[in-house]
Amino acid sequence: MPDPMTQGIAAGRLDATQIARNFDDLHAPLASHEAAVAADRCYFCYDAPCVTACPTAIDIPLFIRQIQVGQPEAAAVTIFEQNILGGMCARVCPTETLCEEACVREAAEGKPVEIGRLQRYATDTLMARQGHPFVRAEPTGKTVAVVGAGPAGLACAHRLAMKGHDVTIFEAKGKPGGLNEYGIAAYKTVDDFAGREVDWLMGIGGITIETGQALGEGLSLDALRADHDAVFLAVGLGGVNALGVEGEARDGVEDAVGFIADLRQARDLRDLPVGRNVVVIGGGMTAIDAALQSRLLGAETVTIAYRRGRDRMPASRYEQDLAASKGVRLMFNVMPVAVHGNGSVAEIELEYTAERNGSLTGTGETLRLPADQVFKAIGQVLTTDGGLELACGKIAVTGAGRTSADGVWAGGDCASGGDDLTVTAVAEGRDAAEDIHGALIG
Amino acid sequence: MADLTTTFLGITSPNPFWLASAPPTDKEYNVRRAFEAGWGGVVWKTIGEDGPPIVNVNGPRYGVVYGADRRVLGLNNIELITDRPLEVNLEEMARVKADYPDRALIASIMVPCEEEAWKRILPRVAETGVDGIELNFGCPHGMSERGMGAAVGQVPEYIEMVTRWCKQNYDKPVIVKLTPNITDIRYPARAAKNGGADAVSLINTVSSITSVNLDTMSPEPSIDGKGSHGGYCGPAVKPIALNMVADIARDPETAGLPISGIGGVTTWRDAAEYMSLGAGNVQVCTAAMTYGFRIVEEMKRGLSQWMDEKGYTSTADFIGRAVPNVTDWQYLNLNYVAKAKIDQDACIKCGRCYAACEDTSHQAISMSPDRVFEVIDAECVACNLCVDVCPVEDCITMVPMTPGEVDPRTGKTVEADYANWTTHPNNPAAQAAE
Ligand SMILES: Cc1cc2nc3c(=O)[nH]c(=O)nc-3n(C[C@H](O)[C@H](O)[C@H](O)COP(=O)(O)OP(=O)(O)OC[C@H]3O[C@@H](n4cnc5c(N)ncnc54)[C@H](O)[C@@H]3O)c2cc1C
Ligand SMILES: Cc1cc2nc3c(=O)[nH]c(=O)nc-3n(C[C@H](O)[C@H](O)[C@H](O)COP(=O)(O)O)c2cc1C
Ligand code: SF4
Ligand code: SF4
Ligand code: SF4
Repeated sequence: MPDPMTQGIAAGRLDATQIARNFDDLHAPLASHEAAVAADRCYFCYDAPCVTACPTAIDIPLFIRQIQVGQPEAAAVTIFEQNILGGMCARVCPTETLCEEACVREAAEGKPVEIGRLQRYATDTLMARQGHPFVRAEPTGKTVAVVGAGPAGLACAHRLAMKGHDVTIFEAKGKPGGLNEYGIAAYKTVDDFAGREVDWLMGIGGITIETGQALGEGLSLDALRADHDAVFLAVGLGGVNALGVEGEARDGVEDAVGFIADLRQARDLRDLPVGRNVVVIGGGMTAIDAALQSRLLGAETVTIAYRRGRDRMPASRYEQDLAASKGVRLMFNVMPVAVHGNGSVAEIELEYTAERNGSLTGTGETLRLPADQVFKAIGQVLTTDGGLELACGKIAVTGAGRTSADGVWAGGDCASGGDDLTVTAVAEGRDAAEDIHGALIG
Repeated sequence: MADLTTTFLGITSPNPFWLASAPPTDKEYNVRRAFEAGWGGVVWKTIGEDGPPIVNVNGPRYGVVYGADRRVLGLNNIELITDRPLEVNLEEMARVKADYPDRALIASIMVPCEEEAWKRILPRVAETGVDGIELNFGCPHGMSERGMGAAVGQVPEYIEMVTRWCKQNYDKPVIVKLTPNITDIRYPARAAKNGGADAVSLINTVSSITSVNLDTMSPEPSIDGKGSHGGYCGPAVKPIALNMVADIARDPETAGLPISGIGGVTTWRDAAEYMSLGAGNVQVCTAAMTYGFRIVEEMKRGLSQWMDEKGYTSTADFIGRAVPNVTDWQYLNLNYVAKAKIDQDACIKCGRCYAACEDTSHQAISMSPDRVFEVIDAECVACNLCVDVCPVEDCITMVPMTPGEVDPRTGKTVEADYANWTTHPNNPAAQAAE
């Protein structure tokens, strides 16, 4: 039986009970009394700062009040009106940098209203007890092609379907959901929530999902434009940045997103191999998730190597502390210079860095860490651009997702502007749908 | 979503939520914003006679009673009727009504108890085109000392007289707003009805002192070291108002008289409760003053959702539904026997039920050395106090005994038949059951 000390990369380092415990819900759902107590703390602020901080502008004081008065289902409708993936967002939003950071009780007491957990309480209640809460408008006879079934594509499709348009989603992968299905950390979306949420969303009707259909491979943007009244591109970022260091091709050097996708799709997490000593290069959510889940799978040591200081790290302090609490070591101001080993990786060589006049340079001092597995998590890049104009490596958009081509909109991670977050993707998909609707109906 | 359209005295508004006559309705700016926020109707802040405007204090007008976490449970105020000129109010009302034909707009009026005064103001109000008037017989402070407000509302004969003047000199609906500062609300309600009132609205504020500043030894709100009684409102007064609404709804002399329910309406549920006890709509003041106009959104969505759940398609479907179930104590079924039951899985072992029952009630809960709390059926009178003080919802429940079982407290068999105090053997005045 392998265990955390087993050399190299091995599956089954922990027993089933330990794995189940490790990958359980990060935050247990609120019970109804807890929800009542948490909801009671909301002040129903005027022009509430939490709403401004939510990319989808959910009416937070209203939905929390609806929980207070004993109507979590009505609260859920308020949430879904603005954010049809409010259930997923409740689980994955970095609330500490969004709504909860802005909550007046964070400023007053350092203890915000637990907006995310309350949002989950409401949306879970509705999804458990009722069918789909919205009805479609009369059919308009218009058709829209959506490319990519991630949060941006799904939110756009749902809003369009609600307005009476017929939507076909073309999705390259075998399952819809985008990074909800393949990327988000497992402990944030347990019990196949991503899959269940897509099924529930489809309850609106008028949406068809065609999996295994990739733009650029068989599907062309021109053909989509010819066959539909509008096209929405939501292809996310399919590629991964390279480290650009010597030895990068050695076995054991992998993309963090690929590792996470395998983890999310694994039928039994004990089948998933992980190194004894894991090093993750990067400083965002992907780096944290890859590191943390390596630990949870049973890696003995896991280190995140980030090239700048802690204050510059894209992952929030909360995420950093979460990783640290599970035994991940965070190293700052180090960058990879070489991957050593004999065929497979055995060590990674890092160089200390310093920031001078805004630019990062190596100090010349290096160190080596033992590593059986190195995960690259230094950013994702656009792989499908449909030949559209780009801005900063993403599809250039103006207004509510209008691209350089007539009748083509884009949103989510693949489009310029906005943070790469689930909730931002939902907001952009929804707003593009409203804009498309306006253009089609006039 | 259930349709909330409600017709009260022939006045149709998109929902039964009206703002009560008070600061939220004191001027055009407020009322327009209230309508934009979705309120179904507005009773304009009480207007008075033409002439030098009313003067308010220039210091604090409000006192407050807080619940946990500074939640406003009750508010008390020493504000008078509008302190803006009559002409300005009338012009504004006319403009607002013209722009919002689908919303209810009611003028609240308080002038001296002389027919001429009413004859002077009523035609001017009629000219504005508002949907009706509300007679403010309720204000417990300031105006009452001048023979208006509660000073009229406490004398049924005056109510009847003034109402009659109004019905004679104004042809749209007349609502009489009642003061709760009276022993039996049925008398003023009957007087309003006899005077020809189309409806009563209640309650106005309750005479009160909210607190005393123990440093200055002045009641709050304190104006330069002195305070006076004010009018209490907000969630704290709802039970008083609900009882009064029910009293009027089931009084044979006033049965069927439309009622506008006021007092502590804060959520959809409060409104549903008022309406089930016979109110045709509700009016709101403190909730709007505490949370802003947007609070109506929760009320509308909540009421609609509840109606959907219950299968009601119109507010008329549930208005008055609870009235037949309000009765007098003497008609309550004395053969109904229940026992408290503690759900041991839900119990967090705080002992509050024990303290309540052991110290102050019937010593019907036992406590073991390892903090297990259990009801002693032979002692439990089913008073419900433990349920009320238990911090865990549904942890203690009242379980009715089934007929045929023996109540271990009395040793008597629980009977299926209804029997009340009027026929009880211990009642000296009991009539033999037929
Ligand atoms: C590991 C990881 C963890 C994350 N954790 C969080 C988190 O906790 N909280 C948070 O808010 N955000 C998180 N994010 C970011 C978040 O997942 C993304 O911002 C969000 O999913 C973007 O949505 P999207 O719809 O634009 O793209 P995606 O979710 O990437 O969806 C794009 C879809 O398009 C499909 N597609 C791609 N190319 C084509 C093509 N050519 N033809 C057809 N279909 C195509 C893809 O298969 C995919 O289904 C995380 C991201 C990663 C990588
Ligand atoms: C500051 C204040 C001023 C008020 N002024 C009036 C008034 O001018 N005329 C009137 O009929 N009622 C007046 N009221 C009473 C309210 O209309 C209402 O009857 C009372 O506040 C109870 O409702 P609530 O519990 O929703 O506040 C006033 C209440 C407050 C708080
Ligand atoms: S969607 Fe995200 S940011 Fe918006 S309220 Fe919900 S948890 Fe907060
Ligand atoms: S900022 Fe905080 S207290 Fe205010 S409305 Fe939002 S959640 Fe409630
Ligand atoms: S009050 Fe409720 S929770 Fe507390 S001991 Fe009694 S039954 Fe248990």
